[in-house]
Amino acid sequence: MVVFSRNPIYNVLYLVITFLCVGGHYLLLSADFLFAVHIIVYAGAIMVLFLYVIMLLNLNKETEPQKNTFFKFAAIITAGLLMIVIVGALRASEAAMVAFDNHNNIGLVKNLGKMLFNEFLLPFEIVSLLLLTAMVGAVMLGKNHMKRVKEVAKNKNGRATISTLPVQPVKELTHE
Amino acid sequence: MNNVSEAIQGVPLNYYIWLSTTLFVIGVLGVLYRRNVIIIFMCIELMLNAVNLLMVAFSAHHNEGSGQVFVFFIMAVAAAEVAVGLAILIVIYNNTKSTDINILNKLKW
Repeated sequence: MVVFSRNPIYNVLYLVITFLCVGGHYLLLSADFLFAVHIIVYAGAIMVLFLYVIMLLNLNKETEPQKNTFFKFAAIITAGLLMIVIVGALRASEAAMVAFDNHNNIGLVKNLGKMLFNEFLLPFEIVSLLLLTAMVGAVMLGKNHMKRVKEVAKNKNGRATISTLPVQPVKELTHE
Repeated sequence: MNNVSEAIQGVPLNYYIWLSTTLFVIGVLGVLYRRNVIIIFMCIELMLNAVNLLMVAFSAHHNEGSGQVFVFFIMAVAAAEVAVGLAILIVIYNNTKSTDINILNKLKW
């Protein structure tokens, strides 16, 4: 459904359903903290971002040109071959029945937080730096986009004066 | 809840491996099949989720917490990737008025 639905809005909604199912699996595997984070991050943030971009770009109508049938068949056959290869590789591995510990509470916030801030402190800080970098990068890209939109608007409004006026700084668009 | 938790302990690890494999292959199929960049992003998210689910399953079955910490890191990296990717996508859309990946095969315009 995520792949074959024509309308991108429906793709996003089916993907939300899939993420909720995966979150249910986390809950059943007694990973409560990961369930909460998964719901907040994926269903809350990322999907809203996708929907926002789709609505911003006005893609909700079917405008996508389709690949020709050769590529579609090639894609389906390739995915099927990959499935066969993975299944064949994992069938031989024969994952043993691991004894499920009855007192399994590593997924709780307390134990996971202890582990996160003792053993994995350095990767945690690196992830925070990565998020900061991503935020700065996204803001920079968005800022260039706003400048370009403003220039286009100015070209539409006063095309006689555009050559004489210097390019206005975009401060009134970006600062709030 | 205890009954559910006991019932889920009877599920062998193999079933989680099959489920994750299926999700991953659906993601790969979507990347190969569609031409819309947004849907390709969504399929990449699907593949990341397949790996996350498998890591949580192994972590719960082995009673080892580091798998769940790694899933946490993967989620952070996925969020960063989506934010930057969608910003790039908006800029591309404003330049080409399309989200078709075949326009982008020269990496310039």
